[in-house]
Amino acid sequence: MSEINDSLSLANPSPVQLNGSQKIALAITGIGLLLIFIAWFGGSAIQTTMFLWPSLALIFSGGLWYAFASYKGIPEGIKNNHVFFNSLSNRGALGWIAGIILTGFYVCLYWYPHLLGLSADGLTNTGLVQMFDPLSQLLKGKPASQWFVYGTLYTVAILIMGVKFILKYRHNMYQVVRTISVMFFQTAFAFLIPELLEGLNSEQAYFAKDMKNMWPLNYYFFEDWHLNNMLAGGNLGWFMLVLGILMILVISPTLTYFYGKRWYCSWVCGCGGLAETAGDPWRQLSDKSLKAWKLERWIIYSVLVLILFVTAFVLYTYFTGNANIGPLNSYDVRKWYGFFIGAAFSGVIGVGFYPILGSRVWCRFGCPMAAILGLQQKFFSRFRITTNGSQCISCGNCSTYCEMGIDVRHYAQKGQDIVRASCVGCGICAAVCPRGVLKLENGPQDSRKVIEISDGGIKVNT
Amino acid sequence: MNIVIIGNGITGVTCARFIRKQSDHKITIISAETDYFFSRTALMYIYMGHMKFKNTMPYENWFWEKNRINLKRAFVNNVDTVNKELHLDSGEKMSYDKLVLATGSKPNKFGWPGQDLKGVQGLYSYQDLQLLEKNTATLPKRAVIVGGGLIGIELAEMLHSRHIPVTLLVRESSFWNNVLPDGESAMINRHIIEHGFDLRLGVNLGEIVSDENGRAKAVIIKETGEKIDCQLVGLTAGVSPNISFVKDSNIQTNRGILVNKSQETNIPDVYAAGDCAEFHEPVAGRRPIEQVWYTGKIQGKVVADNICGKRTEYDPGHWFNSAKFLDIEYQTYGWVFPKLREGETDFYWEHKDGKKCLHFVWNKDTGKFIGLNVFGIRLRHEIFDRFLRDERDIDFVLTNLKSANFDPEFYAQHEKEIVEKFNKKTGKNISLEKLSGLKAALAMLRGR
Ligand SMILES: Cc1cc2nc3c(=O)[nH]c(=O)nc-3n(C[C@H](O)[C@H](O)[C@H](O)COP(=O)(O)OP(=O)(O)OC[C@H]3O[C@@H](n4cnc5c(N)ncnc54)[C@H](O)[C@@H]3O)c2cc1C
Ligand code: SF4
Ligand code: SF4
Repeated sequence: MSEINDSLSLANPSPVQLNGSQKIALAITGIGLLLIFIAWFGGSAIQTTMFLWPSLALIFSGGLWYAFASYKGIPEGIKNNHVFFNSLSNRGALGWIAGIILTGFYVCLYWYPHLLGLSADGLTNTGLVQMFDPLSQLLKGKPASQWFVYGTLYTVAILIMGVKFILKYRHNMYQVVRTISVMFFQTAFAFLIPELLEGLNSEQAYFAKDMKNMWPLNYYFFEDWHLNNMLAGGNLGWFMLVLGILMILVISPTLTYFYGKRWYCSWVCGCGGLAETAGDPWRQLSDKSLKAWKLERWIIYSVLVLILFVTAFVLYTYFTGNANIGPLNSYDVRKWYGFFIGAAFSGVIGVGFYPILGSRVWCRFGCPMAAILGLQQKFFSRFRITTNGSQCISCGNCSTYCEMGIDVRHYAQKGQDIVRASCVGCGICAAVCPRGVLKLENGPQDSRKVIEISDGGIKVNT
Repeated sequence: MNIVIIGNGITGVTCARFIRKQSDHKITIISAETDYFFSRTALMYIYMGHMKFKNTMPYENWFWEKNRINLKRAFVNNVDTVNKELHLDSGEKMSYDKLVLATGSKPNKFGWPGQDLKGVQGLYSYQDLQLLEKNTATLPKRAVIVGGGLIGIELAEMLHSRHIPVTLLVRESSFWNNVLPDGESAMINRHIIEHGFDLRLGVNLGEIVSDENGRAKAVIIKETGEKIDCQLVGLTAGVSPNISFVKDSNIQTNRGILVNKSQETNIPDVYAAGDCAEFHEPVAGRRPIEQVWYTGKIQGKVVADNICGKRTEYDPGHWFNSAKFLDIEYQTYGWVFPKLREGETDFYWEHKDGKKCLHFVWNKDTGKFIGLNVFGIRLRHEIFDRFLRDERDIDFVLTNLKSANFDPEFYAQHEKEIVEKFNKKTGKNISLEKLSGLKAALAMLRGR
């Protein structure tokens, strides 16, 4: 039996079964996207600003229409039919094409922004970046940058796919509320508020204004230029500095203690928000093997050690003015971190490879923020996933749909509570379980693993 | 000691795991079905594209070598208990010191005319799934499923996922009404129809009609003589123990392989467990043959303990089970029969959306809680097990209903309405314990 398609299916089990309404909706979305591609590749001669509003309108209306058309008239419930037959969601040709396009976009974004149309002088953009100038002017009175384009598209993706996700899981209030939360935090905290604040404080040098994007996910928070810009940034700068530090030392540990890392990773975080919405079609591609888990622990804790070192070094330079320790230079070190981890890992591999490696590769293997929250979740938190007595039938749905590659079934079939550093609390394992075995819960820490069923019966460890 | 287990299902595998935990005996599992253990309960999800076959395997392939469990792919033709030898289909012989029979079930066929035609099949094994792929490769215009049980509804859902129209022939006058009381059964009827299935109640299969190539082309309903054209017929009228290979041995059988409570057959050193075993004396209230996942697990462990010198008897505790009918989850704890038994009374609550219900049964005189069916709401197994073990009365159960809620966070909670309705119906005045969630569950389990 081959690895790629051992679905056993002989017939083409997923003849494209789009209804008329879905087809029209897809066509509308497609035209909207086409405008983006024309702006991107059409050459610098085209005046692309006029594409913006039609394109956004088409993408939104087509995308939302498609989402509604997909679930209309179908009873509420789990909608995973054909996931492993579909070329897009099962690493088929469409999956690879999507992966290549996404990866290409990220490579341009990070290293060749002029290919997106960013002007060298920051004044007269062309192409894709120019297309977004009107929105940028509207929000902050400045022409767009590649980052503005990225932020806008990112938000659009979370909003449209978020609505689709809500419709897909409309029977599950946890999923509905959680998705509204990520949509809100992306739109307001990551996009609108920072851009508006940027416009209101346009005379000041740049510092991060996304209140939820804390260190070490925001790896440059403690770099000298960023600290200086915050200190010089008046009330807002001071506010962001104090809040940033409070987030790390007080707010995050407190929330993680009470609710687990999910308060951030699957309710607030932008990376998580994209993974949970736009990345949802690929969550089943995560690797569940023990080998992958071992690899995960090596890599993620290495990244954590790395960012701790880089940050300590950067602060050392900041306070002593000394940039060198032996052969190492703190400016080089931070540059490498930014290149390898900040850009290549989190962006190119993290999102570009969604259709190949699954939607949470960065969150699982790379994110130092997730590493810290995970350690706390494991050792100092009230969160766990409880398993329901002996009801598990070892079917494997939970493990299959765990985007973090946790072998949930391994615990469930033994009746053990799941206390894993990597669990982002998305709740999908509990949603897809056909026997009602799993529940995300908060409770006294000493009650984790309190209920244990062995194959013989139920034991309560008091 | 050389232990051979026939059958790599949940029963055989659990047995092997627990023998390994307790000893260094040589363990070999023989199976004719697949190289590695997979979850039979997940067959449907492979066909529907929710999972790949690989995802249904609870252990990675290295697990077996690491735990020194030998896997052998073969069919056992005969058991020679005198020489302690197995005769395999390859002609090979294999000796054993202890033998465990965990060979599961096979689909029932009741001698219907045409039951062996091409395009007629059951759903039990991996091979059945492969056959189903073959039988549906050129999408049939209609499939008829005979038998309205748990596997029948799964098969219907599977075919529906491939856009194959389904007719369900159900012998009872309402779906699974030989197990479910009227209210629950009616709810499932509605849900089946909502999904667009052609549900035929109170009818039996008369015969399956062949085309000129020996392939099924229609079924005829016994009662009405109506002919339904179809290219696929699913036979899902229950399963029975898969024991034909021991018929020639001196191992005693009835419908299943007969065992005592320690899972021992009449022959020393030969055990049977899981779907294929039949108890001389069933555990109080339970059936002599139990064909569910968790009982196979428990029985497999009992065999392991006994082989490893720890005398154990099968003691599964209070009855429970679960299933899913299309989009509606079902759990049951204790006993709820389709018709109330002598001395029982009940209370049925249904949510206004018609997709959630609870059905409590208790003793009319003593008030002792006997059982519960629940649809569309998840309840905590441990709590209901505790209610049953502590022989709580119905008032206590309703008072503490919140402690058993296992629905995900943010779900609407219905306990208040349920208790109000209960009070109204019974004239009682129960007041609901406010504490809910894990806190309430822990308080209950720790005995406050
Ligand atoms: C579609 C389906 C859905 C189900 N869903 C549920 C559910 O939701 N909940 C639940 O509790 N139960 C469910 N069941 C029932 C449950 O799967 C069975 O009770 C359980 O699998 C029995 O396990 P077992 O190990 O005893 O036997 P099996 O799993 O049947 O394993 C027996 C193995 O022995 C092999 N074998 C038999 N004879 C020989 C021989 N002579 N030589 C070599 N090998 C042999 C067979 O090929 C098979 O691989 C379901 C069953 C089916 C078919
Ligand atoms: S274990 Fe469950 S809740 Fe945690 S990440 Fe995996 S699917 Fe989400
Ligand atoms: S999805 Fe539920 S029943 Fe299936 S293996 Fe996971 S916990 Fe068990």
